[in-house]
Amino acid sequence: MIGMPNTGKSTLFNRLTGAHAKVGNWPGLTVDLLSARLIIGDQVIQLVDLPGIYDLNGYSEDEKVVTTFLAQNHIDLALVVLNASQIDRQLALLGQIMRLGLPIVLVLNMVDEAAALGITIDAGGLSAKLGIPVCLLSAKYGQGVEQLQPVMRGVLGKKPTARATGVGAVSLDERQLEACVKSCVSVPAQASHALTEKIDRILLHPWLGLPIFFGVMFLLFEVVFVLGKPIQDAMAWGFTAVRSEALEPALAGLPIVLKGLMLDGVYNGLSTVASFVPIIVLFFLCMGIVEDAGYLSRAAFLMDALMARFGLDGRSFVMVLMGFGCNVPALMGTRVIRSRGLRLLTMLVIPLSLCSARMQVFVFFIAALFSAEAAPLVLFSLYVMSILTAMLTSLLFKRRYINTDPFVLEMPPYRFPTLRQIILRGWHEVGHFMRRATRFIVAGVVLVWLLTNFPQGATPGGVDTWAGQIGALLNPVLSPLGIDPKLTIALIFGFVAKEIVIGSLAVIYNMEGSALVSTIAHQIDWIQAYSFMLFTLIYTPCLSTIATIRTESKSKAFSALAIVWPLGLAWIVSFLFYQIARHLAA
Amino acid sequence: MTPTANISTLNRLDPGDCGTILALDAGEELYQRLVALGLRIGNSVRMLRRARFGGPLHIRVGTTELMLRVREARCIRIAHDTATDPSV
Ligand SMILES: Nc1nc2c(ncn2[C@@H]2O[C@H](COP(=O)(O)OP(=O)(O)OP(=O)(O)O)[C@@H](O)[C@H]2O)c(=O)[nH]1
Ligand SMILES: [Mg+2]
Repeated sequence: MIGMPNTGKSTLFNRLTGAHAKVGNWPGLTVDLLSARLIIGDQVIQLVDLPGIYDLNGYSEDEKVVTTFLAQNHIDLALVVLNASQIDRQLALLGQIMRLGLPIVLVLNMVDEAAALGITIDAGGLSAKLGIPVCLLSAKYGQGVEQLQPVMRGVLGKKPTARATGVGAVSLDERQLEACVKSCVSVPAQASHALTEKIDRILLHPWLGLPIFFGVMFLLFEVVFVLGKPIQDAMAWGFTAVRSEALEPALAGLPIVLKGLMLDGVYNGLSTVASFVPIIVLFFLCMGIVEDAGYLSRAAFLMDALMARFGLDGRSFVMVLMGFGCNVPALMGTRVIRSRGLRLLTMLVIPLSLCSARMQVFVFFIAALFSAEAAPLVLFSLYVMSILTAMLTSLLFKRRYINTDPFVLEMPPYRFPTLRQIILRGWHEVGHFMRRATRFIVAGVVLVWLLTNFPQGATPGGVDTWAGQIGALLNPVLSPLGIDPKLTIALIFGFVAKEIVIGSLAVIYNMEGSALVSTIAHQIDWIQAYSFMLFTLIYTPCLSTIATIRTESKSKAFSALAIVWPLGLAWIVSFLFYQIARHLAA
Repeated sequence: MTPTANISTLNRLDPGDCGTILALDAGEELYQRLVALGLRIGNSVRMLRRARFGGPLHIRVGTTELMLRVREARCIRIAHDTATDPSV
């Protein structure tokens, strides 16, 4: 499956195979291969969703993924996906692919949009002229998708020898392709997306555009907080009830150590983390809508002038926004950037972006220590800090990593996600969270439990446990930031994954639900909490992020910088905040 | 309607104005990308808006909308159609 960026390849891939490839109205969302099995007739085939490509001679990393794939694999059939309403410019790519001599089926996607623009396409005529099957369809709404399978079966059913010679496909040069378009496609003189134009007039308004953008982001966090918090409270209450009503009686017969491990370790840790699932899902639903609507490209447009001063560009800003979900896909998303300087600089700032795992930690602390009115503002202030530290970082490093990339970007029309897309997205995020939970969180909380309960005879959670000793060791470094030994342990585990922070707090304090919240509220004040949050926001990214930085940058020195720099910055920022706030408060 | 052709570069267009592309003075890489996005010689472009503070330009070529920085727009030579289309 191959085609220009943002033509709906991943949408069609999902529709055909039932997979959950990420879909979004942003050119360059898919940057890696994704494959799934598909049964066509009596054959089982491997369908591969490739990153979008402008040109087979492209230079960026995501385009190289495609060219390497084409060079190294035997391809039975190329499904070339083009945007029907932009067929005039996209057909050149088809020409290039035809020259490879592969069997081709041409998919003209988004016929719904083409029809709305008044564009008519004579599929039969086009097919005859090009010598390949042509399917008009809409991957998003499903119209016309059913004709694709029989067509694919037809091409795949031909003898391999006939296929190798390129079937009936005629090799056409640019001019001939243009002639094909002229004769089979009619585009009205004034074809533009009327609704998009109207919305853009407001959202890209010269003066109001930026304030509206920040307003939208604030609203998003407000919605997540205001809607999500009560659900999370209810979940936490439910988990506590399950523990006292069902688990404690059921496990009463177990030896005390095992019972402690199961209940105070695994159950407390996991249930505390799990109670945040609704907030995470809600957050991703909101982000998904923003992303799928096409607002990211507008954000790039609005922020580019400012980002240019910091040695970045509009795409870097979009990657930071994507990082609000999870830093890993955002880091991979930098593959669309061709200049190595800009790519590294962007990769250096992405880990500072406040990801959903960190958001959990913040929601927890903010709910414990701030009033309900102040809470969304405090959360928003952390997002602002996230962007400010990113900008500071790029300002300091922009001379080392110089941007030479031209900035030319598509501005897709606004597209409104269907309910189906929204639900799929939310479901996908739950799955992602569950995988992380089983991988890291269980192991993490068990380890924390061991550290806080051993050596034998130590008071659980006390200073003589291993955890207490580690905390004491780091105390001289972290106490000037107002971070106490218990929080220190949580931070250490945050190196692995930020989700563990909350889980390990539950284990360290040996409590869960509302009891945990009120204990923490008594033990630290808001200045300490905010300092802790700042440190959590900025310090070393999680293991998956570091691993991604390592593979994407292919440089050990750069990866080391990406670990050390945020750690130092976190210390400085928290130190300044804590000391100044303490003096002002005194 | 005979537009008095007036040679200029894309960055000089005012919002709402149109021009026809005459040449792309870009390196190989950028040239390919511009062409792939529909900025081909002979095509007509319309300037939709400019971002504040010297930010990117928002243009339309055919049914595709693009944004590009002024630096890139300077590479695109156009004939300015002074007789602007009334149907904006
Ligand atoms: N109107 C309409 N929108 C569609 C259709 N198919 C996909 N889309 C939307 O187009 C956008 C891009 O879809 P993707 O499937 O992510 O596109 P892609 O080709 O995988 O993009 P890259 O991964 O960036 O190359 C999303 O907002 C989709 O919802 C369609 O048939 N009609
Ligand atoms: Mg995709």
